[in-house]
Amino acid sequence: MSVAKAETVAIVGLDGYPVEVEVALASGLPQFTLVGLPDASIQEARERVRAAVLSSNERWPMQRITVNLSPAHLRKAGPGFDLAIALGVLAADGRIAQERLREMCLLGELSLDGTIRRVRGALASAMAASQAGKRAILLPRANATEATLVGGIDVLPVDHLAQAVRFLRGECTLDGVAEGAAEPPAPVEDDDADLTDVRGQTLPKQALELAAAGGHNLLLRGSPGGGKTMLARRLRGILPPLTHKEALEVTRIYSVAGLLPEDAGLITQRPIRAPHLSVSTAGLIGGGSLVPQPGEVSLAHRGVLFLDEAAEFKRDALQALRGPLEEGTVTIVRGRWAVTYPARFQLVAATNPCPCGYLGDALRSCKCVPGRLATYEERLSGPVMDRIDLQVEVERLKKKELFLHAPGASSAVVRERVIAARGRQADRLATFGIQINADIPTASLEQAVAADASAKRALERSVDQLGLSARGVHRVMRVARTVADIAGDDVVTHDHVESALLFRFDPKK
Amino acid sequence: MRFRSDNGRVLAEGVDWRMIERGAAEYPSKLEHLPDPPDRIWVAGRRLDRLPPAVAIVGTRTPTPYGTDVTEALANDFAMGGVCVVSGLARGIDAAAHLGALDRGTTVAVLPGGIDVCYPSSHRNLYTRIAELGALVAEHPPGTPTRKHRFTHRNRIIAALALATVVVQAGERSGALSTARHALGIGRDVFAVPGDIRIDVSVGPHELLRDGAAPCTCAGDVLERIGVELARESAMRDLQEAPADMPPEQASVLALVGKQTMSAETIGSLAGFDGSTLAKTLVRLELGGWIARGAGGSVRRLR
Repeated sequence: MSVAKAETVAIVGLDGYPVEVEVALASGLPQFTLVGLPDASIQEARERVRAAVLSSNERWPMQRITVNLSPAHLRKAGPGFDLAIALGVLAADGRIAQERLREMCLLGELSLDGTIRRVRGALASAMAASQAGKRAILLPRANATEATLVGGIDVLPVDHLAQAVRFLRGECTLDGVAEGAAEPPAPVEDDDADLTDVRGQTLPKQALELAAAGGHNLLLRGSPGGGKTMLARRLRGILPPLTHKEALEVTRIYSVAGLLPEDAGLITQRPIRAPHLSVSTAGLIGGGSLVPQPGEVSLAHRGVLFLDEAAEFKRDALQALRGPLEEGTVTIVRGRWAVTYPARFQLVAATNPCPCGYLGDALRSCKCVPGRLATYEERLSGPVMDRIDLQVEVERLKKKELFLHAPGASSAVVRERVIAARGRQADRLATFGIQINADIPTASLEQAVAADASAKRALERSVDQLGLSARGVHRVMRVARTVADIAGDDVVTHDHVESALLFRFDPKK
Repeated sequence: MRFRSDNGRVLAEGVDWRMIERGAAEYPSKLEHLPDPPDRIWVAGRRLDRLPPAVAIVGTRTPTPYGTDVTEALANDFAMGGVCVVSGLARGIDAAAHLGALDRGTTVAVLPGGIDVCYPSSHRNLYTRIAELGALVAEHPPGTPTRKHRFTHRNRIIAALALATVVVQAGERSGALSTARHALGIGRDVFAVPGDIRIDVSVGPHELLRDGAAPCTCAGDVLERIGVELARESAMRDLQEAPADMPPEQASVLALVGKQTMSAETIGSLAGFDGSTLAKTLVRLELGGWIARGAGGSVRRLR
């Protein structure tokens, strides 16, 4: 009997775990058995591996073959184990040298003709392999660029099983991909979505800048066709660029979700996700039958989650946003598996003023029954609304009016202001262990906002005159702090409070 | 007052209603002008024979902001002139008429069902306030549910109780037009408030104007005809002078915004403000009680 071992990686959530593929050849009737908690998709590997080996003009051992994936307690799914199994079988059969095989991590799905196909989660796999002390990772060419984002490991792209075999026999060399090949020259500008394209909408643009600067979640309210989506799409263009660490986090999520474009390296632009209102809870926060996949909240990590017609989303789905909004992560439990994905996104919700959309419109009367109006508002209340600081009305402008307005500041100009304001916040809020004004806990508001007597008087007046609730006051304080940070002022005065008050969000409970 | 749901109706409990037979002292003599005066009516609230002369304001259940504003201001001015406002407790124009009148005076709601049936049920608060400050009238016994045919039939009582009927906004086949027809049938004056010619709820009043109804452009038009002198103030047109020490930004916004609603965006572009100046100025005026913001971000001057 002969035994060989090959190493690969299993992905659970965002993390890769080293997996050893043990292959034993014993005498007996020809048979091929896979053990070690493989799911159905791995059982199918037997057929693919055998065909791929034969297509590579290698001999298939006519013996009793047992493959064990260890550690056995880890649930394994997906076709990424194919390459390791195939090479393990060949090593056990003495066709390639064991020593050479053990130095590297193997990743790849095989097609029946031996071609090596792209897999999900190559970035996380390369990280795990690097941590496990592997010198090199052998993987599909389409995954090479993302894998090079991990330092300290040689990335060796292969196209075909036969090529991998020749390489392991020392009959040929592979061109490694240089580390850092994926580094982009500069952050990409969102050319098709600049703020200058939005004519008029002075107040919504002001609100957008406040939202970007303080990380506040934003509610856009207005009739259909008013430009809510257009505005929401322009938020990411005025947010600070991703740091390298953040970019790695985002890339890793997209890699695991299988959404990374082929040959793509680091994702450098903040994601923006706009799920349709029919999205299921699992689609929104993550889920799936076997191994939970990241949902929209995780795909929007470090970016923008835009919910158009927010009041029309399923109630359960909206409720499920509570956790991610508060924790910045989401934990999905499926059977024995609990997986945690990051989900720190900025929420932009848009809603019509009423179900028919024409409440308050000068030329169309609203046909909504008041009872439905109340339920419509209620659907928005609760967990999601508690985390929204800003609200702005988006007016529907007539075509003619659009030409009256001069183009405003470009996204790049606004972004500079946002970056400066964020820097000031981070310095001031460091003692509280947070970075943005939106995260200031209610208990620390007094201390973190630093409002003077005139600001407090203005707040008291807004309670008397505008009927602002206690929670509403807290929201205004956070936003006023952001106004002051944009202006570069240390103390929040009545002027800042008054600038924030127009965007007050105060749903009646 | 407490309300309970019962078989699709919302019943008010503890309404202090009384039944008035035709010929009794409180029975309004104006109802006798109808071809088919009710034999008995049910009343809650103030005594009908002690209420001031009345004007009816009726219109669509789905008004535009203009309709609501004008109705409230008209009702307010009628109340200030010492006139009682009659309407039907429905949504939209009816509710605005009651609310505007309750601010300064009194109002009568003629109900389509029994005296204790609050329809629409969302108007419970309005129902309670009218029972306290004005009067509720019904021609059906307590507990009678509302039915389609009872609405138009009820309209004849609204028309009869008032010296004149004002139609604010109404679609082509609106119940408000049936009230106007009833009023004409018993020789009462009918007024119509001109509206925007582009919108469907202006069709009704404009149709009436074409047929010879008098235009109502202020409460005075109606009050003059029924012989009541108008109070000097008017909620519709009179605006306070901005104080001399008001900051120029705020004063210029007040100068732009009349009683009609104006969008914040229009104000911003006319005044030439940037986003933050516009936001601040509007809030300061709001805090000073000068303006109010409505749905869709529109701005309306309050005083």
